[in-house]
Amino acid sequence: MTLADMSHRPSLYTLDARTKARNAAEKRFRLYGITAVSLGVLALVVLLTSVLGSGLGAFRQTMFTLPVTLDAAVLDKKGNRNPEEMAKATTITYGKVLTQALAAVVTERGLAPEGMKTKEIGALISKEAPASLRNMVLANPDLLGTTIDFEVLANGRIDGFFKGRVTMESAELDSNVSPAQLQLAQAMKEAGMLRLAFNPAFITNPDASELRPESAGLGVAILGSAYMMVIVLALALPIGVAASIYLEEFAPQNRFTDLIEVNIANLAAVPSIVFGILGLAVFINYAELPQSSPLVGGLVLTLMTLPTIIIATRAALKAVPPSIKDAALGVGASKMQTIFHHVLPLALPGILTGTIIGLAQALGETAPLLLIGMVAFVKDYPAAPPEGFLDPAAALPVQVYNFTQRSDPAFIERASGAIIVLLVFLLTMNILAVLLRRRFERRW
Amino acid sequence: MKTAKFGVSALAILAASTSGALARDQIQSAGSSTVLPYATIVAEAFGENFDFPTPVVEGGGSGAGRKKLCEGVGENTIDIANSSSRIKQSDIDTCAANGVAEIMEVRIGYDGIVFASDINGPDFAFTPSDWYNALAAEVVVDGELVANPNKTWHDVNPDLPEQDILAFIPGTKHGTREVFDVKVLEAGCEATGALEALVAAKGEDDGEDACLALRTDGTSVDIDGDYTETLSRLDANPNAIGVFGLSFYQNNTDKLRVATMSGVVPSTESIATGEYPVSRPLFFYVKKAHLGVIPGLQEYIDFFVSDEMAGPDGPLAAYGLVSDPELAATQEMVAAGTPMGPLN
Repeated sequence: MTLADMSHRPSLYTLDARTKARNAAEKRFRLYGITAVSLGVLALVVLLTSVLGSGLGAFRQTMFTLPVTLDAAVLDKKGNRNPEEMAKATTITYGKVLTQALAAVVTERGLAPEGMKTKEIGALISKEAPASLRNMVLANPDLLGTTIDFEVLANGRIDGFFKGRVTMESAELDSNVSPAQLQLAQAMKEAGMLRLAFNPAFITNPDASELRPESAGLGVAILGSAYMMVIVLALALPIGVAASIYLEEFAPQNRFTDLIEVNIANLAAVPSIVFGILGLAVFINYAELPQSSPLVGGLVLTLMTLPTIIIATRAALKAVPPSIKDAALGVGASKMQTIFHHVLPLALPGILTGTIIGLAQALGETAPLLLIGMVAFVKDYPAAPPEGFLDPAAALPVQVYNFTQRSDPAFIERASGAIIVLLVFLLTMNILAVLLRRRFERRW
Repeated sequence: MKTAKFGVSALAILAASTSGALARDQIQSAGSSTVLPYATIVAEAFGENFDFPTPVVEGGGSGAGRKKLCEGVGENTIDIANSSSRIKQSDIDTCAANGVAEIMEVRIGYDGIVFASDINGPDFAFTPSDWYNALAAEVVVDGELVANPNKTWHDVNPDLPEQDILAFIPGTKHGTREVFDVKVLEAGCEATGALEALVAAKGEDDGEDACLALRTDGTSVDIDGDYTETLSRLDANPNAIGVFGLSFYQNNTDKLRVATMSGVVPSTESIATGEYPVSRPLFFYVKKAHLGVIPGLQEYIDFFVSDEMAGPDGPLAAYGLVSDPELAATQEMVAAGTPMGPLN
């Protein structure tokens, strides 16, 4: 046998053309796979960097401490320390007090540029400061006549200057801030008066109007979202689990149950805004529940989450091996005992995972809330439950949407900040779902 | 029917395990996204300075707000509709059919509409005719009605820069578009003589409608979102011209270069005097049946039109509202609770 003959015979060491082609095809497929995964990762990285890049700033805010003399002659004209009488001094009066206090400090320390007007100096102070000073004084009238160290936020443009959003060049063209004001802020910073510090108020404060982006926060939105999640959990879990157990274990197999099954799968794919329309018609117009309330929001989101929970629960129940059921029935347990003592505990991790994923989906939903009045400017915190379920509230994704619509550029940062908070919540929930599955899941 | 209603309510209330106390103690308003920032500024100050809860303000658009107002009387309907255009007879009819008999019309001031481009681009000085010739589907060239041949602003008017025509205008659901249609396109249609030619070609009604037909080759882009979307589109296309509200422009003067219209620079002053042509009044509509029922409603509307809020030195003017020279009359009307008469 010559060498030439050998080459025609199949050998494991020399690859023939077809094997080469198959190997190449596999290599190509792996490449496609890697490309697909890297594209996904790339998209995630781009998204996260853009959100984190523009949003992390929202957690830090420019602020300064100001010695404010609370002149009783100005703030309590009648002099009787009666909060009702004192309430007549409005935030405008308190604004003037703060402006004068700041002007006095910067003039005394020689920080203000030549010829700067008191009004321009006062514009450095957030418009939110007079309101919180007023609340503080009304809550504690004894402060009148004393000098207190009062911490105020700097105006949004000044804050933007230290975050690089506003520059001297842009201030030239900006009708809301002047280079002189930026110089003053810079001088205050160099003198150690002004600082950029962590700002917990972004999480706790309620929303604010467009005149004071620096004080806008997520407090009401987080509370509203939490209330809605409580309602969704309290309603969707029992209803969903009961429905699934019945459908899976008790219901006869006939056309009617098939129809129900198809409809549940269908409902899971219905666009969420449809549930909003339904909610408006049923809960607000028909049942006359209050608009903008977490109760209505929670009910709408419950309807939206139910199919997800039912599908997940049924899958979890199906995954329990029939041998366990048979064994329980074989030793004389009733069907209900079998289900509640053996099947349900084993299916629980799957049910919980499905529920948490359903909740996470509901948490990030905006469209249905649009129609039931939750996409609104809500400044007051809802009361504690159960009354609070009927008070107006916002929701986290709604807050993101609201922030992006505002004209002041400072809200861009806050919108991204709100996205970060929302992502943290979603991540926590999804990690919890994975952990529960890892911890309790049993494989047969 | 009744049991179903009871069932739904019971389910809802049981779910929240609340007592059935549904009394509302805060004011609710909805409507125009142009009025929204002003309304939130007033609502915020109202909540701070009065012993009432801060009113809830929703956006959604002028038409949607008026529709919600006209849904009926009761605590689950809104009290105030914010609107950037005047209420329509059809709204009033819906209101009447749903038992909302008396509505108060409150004009809070004026809003200007400005045309702005990227800050680094050239200056523009427009007239309504320029806009009509740039964006209309059919224009008059040498006395003939032809499909719009203009490619650059220079083609439209030799005084304008050699820049491709690309305009971001508000979508048809916006109240701003209505003003753009009437004050710019219709005015330009008439001034260029296109109206005459169109009426001659298509008859009275169709001819007037044809004035508002825009070219569809992508030079005029409808923006259905907010001004923030228009601004980000301008960022991506520095050659484009965008249509903005005056207050939005005033908050972004470091990014936008504003164009003059018929030689007038838009500002709160030039709009107040009526020199700047593209402006409109802003309104809110109050359901009179809710006065005295919803706590603080009368105080809120009084506060909204007070000099310290809506006056020329108030925070609304600082944000970009052109304050109404006849504010005193509005204040009187609001204090007296005079409902609006029939539309004229």
